[in-house]
Amino acid sequence: MSTLLDNLDLFTEGFKNTIILFFFSAIFAVIIGMIVGAMRVSPIPAARAVGTVYVNLVRNTPLTLILFFFALGYPKLGLPQISFMVAAIVGLSLYTATYIAETIRSGINTVPVGQAEAARAIGLDFGQTLSLVVLPQALRAVIPPLFSVLIALLKNTTVAAGFSVMEAGAIRANLSERGEPAMTGLLWVALGFILLVALLSLLQRYFETKWKVAR
Amino acid sequence: MTSVLFDAPGPKAKARNLLGGIITLVVVLAIVAFIIIRFADTGQFTAAKWKIFTFPLVQGTIVEATGATLSAFAVAAVFSVLFGAILAVGKLSDRRWVSVPCFWIVELFRAVPLLILMMMIYYGLPTFGIALPPYAAVVGGLVLYNGSVLAEAFRAGIESLPKGQKEAGMAIGLRKSQVMNLILFPQAFRAMLPLVLAQMVVILKDTALGFIVTYNEILFQAKYFGSQGQYGSPIIPAAMVAAALYVGMCLILSGIAKLVEIRLRKGGKGKVIEANPAPGSALEGEAGA
Repeated sequence: MSTLLDNLDLFTEGFKNTIILFFFSAIFAVIIGMIVGAMRVSPIPAARAVGTVYVNLVRNTPLTLILFFFALGYPKLGLPQISFMVAAIVGLSLYTATYIAETIRSGINTVPVGQAEAARAIGLDFGQTLSLVVLPQALRAVIPPLFSVLIALLKNTTVAAGFSVMEAGAIRANLSERGEPAMTGLLWVALGFILLVALLSLLQRYFETKWKVAR
Repeated sequence: MTSVLFDAPGPKAKARNLLGGIITLVVVLAIVAFIIIRFADTGQFTAAKWKIFTFPLVQGTIVEATGATLSAFAVAAVFSVLFGAILAVGKLSDRRWVSVPCFWIVELFRAVPLLILMMMIYYGLPTFGIALPPYAAVVGGLVLYNGSVLAEAFRAGIESLPKGQKEAGMAIGLRKSQVMNLILFPQAFRAMLPLVLAQMVVILKDTALGFIVTYNEILFQAKYFGSQGQYGSPIIPAAMVAAALYVGMCLILSGIAKLVEIRLRKGGKGKVIEANPAPGSALEGEAGA
């Protein structure tokens, strides 16, 4: 307990940055994921191909490698410098977006065929069919898998600790400098993550019941 | 299913789709061209930056690092499946003193980030006088986490089997453990094989986390070679080499997973569960690191 209370500044700073990383990465990942998901079902073959290549390539790349590139490689490209935090957000968003895209695509499959057919019958085009009829229904069906992806994103933020972001995964290194036992600190970090994951699960249950569709 | 969302294109729609296709291609090519030009402008393709990778010693080290990655992956994969199977059977046990701890082990290890698990083994255990090499931390973390994920998959697979299987086993006088080991588990494993293989790709990807707990794998070596000042700090060429190795290995494994799934489905014996199950089912895969 004293490890936690004596170093409360480290823990609050770490988890604050974890939550910032999670929050912004989640927003960007959902936006990019929706666009890529829509590309993968669009009538334009080129868009489908681009979406497929992006998803298959990034899903087969370790997140550590992506962050490695953005944190260590990007500064060498002579482009506007970004902080390690921003680099981590960019990497996490691009990585998580592929999982969100796949989730949304499989969610579109759960909407009964008649819905899209009816939308086409009244003369809606692809964009309208998707945005007005299919996606609003698909989003309700994808709440559980979407939250699993978000929970995975929350846990993945720890990888940023390896690339100079002072977040929850980096608490251990800072504790060691202060001579605190590593295991105690790590157990508190783990407990913090368990609580955050539980919070997300509660949120998931709330949205699930709130947006339930009767079929 | 794609055709459900839009009508068969007429002449106007065809022209519009062609225009959309051209715009998509132009945008994508512009992004790719921008990256390549940036790389070229900062000299990432110059011989000087790649020189370090022409030395046999460096190449040998990279091959060794790849071997280290693969060995951690192989050991972790085997033990994850074993650990997952034990936990799944334990969770389904009739004895509460077995099933309750197994349930909590699975929930616990799925909620804690894998990297924190690895750090606990590598940095945490020495507090208790147990010093383990990074290899043990990587494999241990992978087994605890992926074993728990696989346990959920196996349990769902066993529960998805027809009730008659268990009842028939009981009827011919098999013991509970025999019913599980001889009848239920083999069928569940087969049905879950695509999901298990998809999880193998996650394990392979997650070995890269070893980079952070100082395990001598591909990325670790890439960073070392990438920061050699006398060769112009070729960090981007090093990242490219690491990417080619990792993405190549993962794509091969994903391809195998896909092939197995197709073959199992064609075989038509028993049911096969997709690697990307429908949302809402209890089996959605985990997005690993």
